[in-house]
Amino acid sequence: MGLLSRASTIFKAKVSKVLDAAEDPRETLDYSYEKQLELLQKVKRGLADIVTARKGLEMQAARLEADIERLEADAAAAVRQGRDDLATQALERKAEEGEQLADLRKQIEGLKQEEDKMADNERRLSLKIQTFRTQKEVIKAQYSSAEAQVKIGEATTGISEEMADVGLALERARDRTERMRARAGAIEDLTAKGALTDALDGNPGEGDLERQLRATRQKDQVAADLARLKAQMGSQGGGGV
Amino acid sequence: MIVRILHEGQYRLSGATAERLRDADARLVAELGAMDEEGFRTAYGEMLTLVRREGTPLPEAEIHESDLILPAADTTLEEARALFHPSVGDSAPA
Repeated sequence: MGLLSRASTIFKAKVSKVLDAAEDPRETLDYSYEKQLELLQKVKRGLADIVTARKGLEMQAARLEADIERLEADAAAAVRQGRDDLATQALERKAEEGEQLADLRKQIEGLKQEEDKMADNERRLSLKIQTFRTQKEVIKAQYSSAEAQVKIGEATTGISEEMADVGLALERARDRTERMRARAGAIEDLTAKGALTDALDGNPGEGDLERQLRATRQKDQVAADLARLKAQMGSQGGGGV
Repeated sequence: MIVRILHEGQYRLSGATAERLRDADARLVAELGAMDEEGFRTAYGEMLTLVRREGTPLPEAEIHESDLILPAADTTLEEARALFHPSVGDSAPA
């Protein structure tokens, strides 16, 4: 069987669990509506959580930026005093924090995308709930007819499918937000401890080669930075950056 | 036929498009075992593009049951393979 029919079967099993509700079909409508409102609240909370996580990461990025600026100033001061060794240390640290900042910005970008998706979910679900609410009242008014029974089934199945979809999206967003937060948290810990060398060791998929490339890249960056600071010193007064 | 791309929305497909989707699905499954992540992304991405391009999006405020559910656009190869793992979902229907 195909991937799509397999995915459909699994997904629809989830939907039918949501559906098992009351005996009186009219109660099913009200019960479903209640559940929809609950889900909408969850989506709103989920969205708020993502925003909070993103803001936390942005603050962390701002701290790193400030730190990088300070390290640059430290290195310049060291060069002025003829202390290349100290300048190199500061620039090494700056290069590493620069890598972390780039990583952090990726996480922030990822969270922004999650945020957009969740906002989209919220909007769509609200629209469907409004439609369902109207349908619910219409169906209740004509409940005596056998046709209404069918309509109740149709309306609740359709909205339950939507709810299962949004529920899954919410779960995934939560997992992803948690992962991005954890990753940023690891950066924070390393920065705080000053144990920066293995900052990206937790990066899944980063093998030895990547690590070496990164080390080389940082070394080149440090050498270039040092040369730049010295050049600035040499041409003081006329120097542009 | 109404299809839902998870976390994205629903589309109405013509019979011909549904047929093309089924063919693409069969090819994907046949190659799934030997595929790498990138190959899967490309193949599945093409299926999604077919639905988005050829299908008519259903109005967002309307409520319909779908005939077919398409996994989310960011589904990984691992997740796709897990769909066929016996421990996922119930026993395979006909």
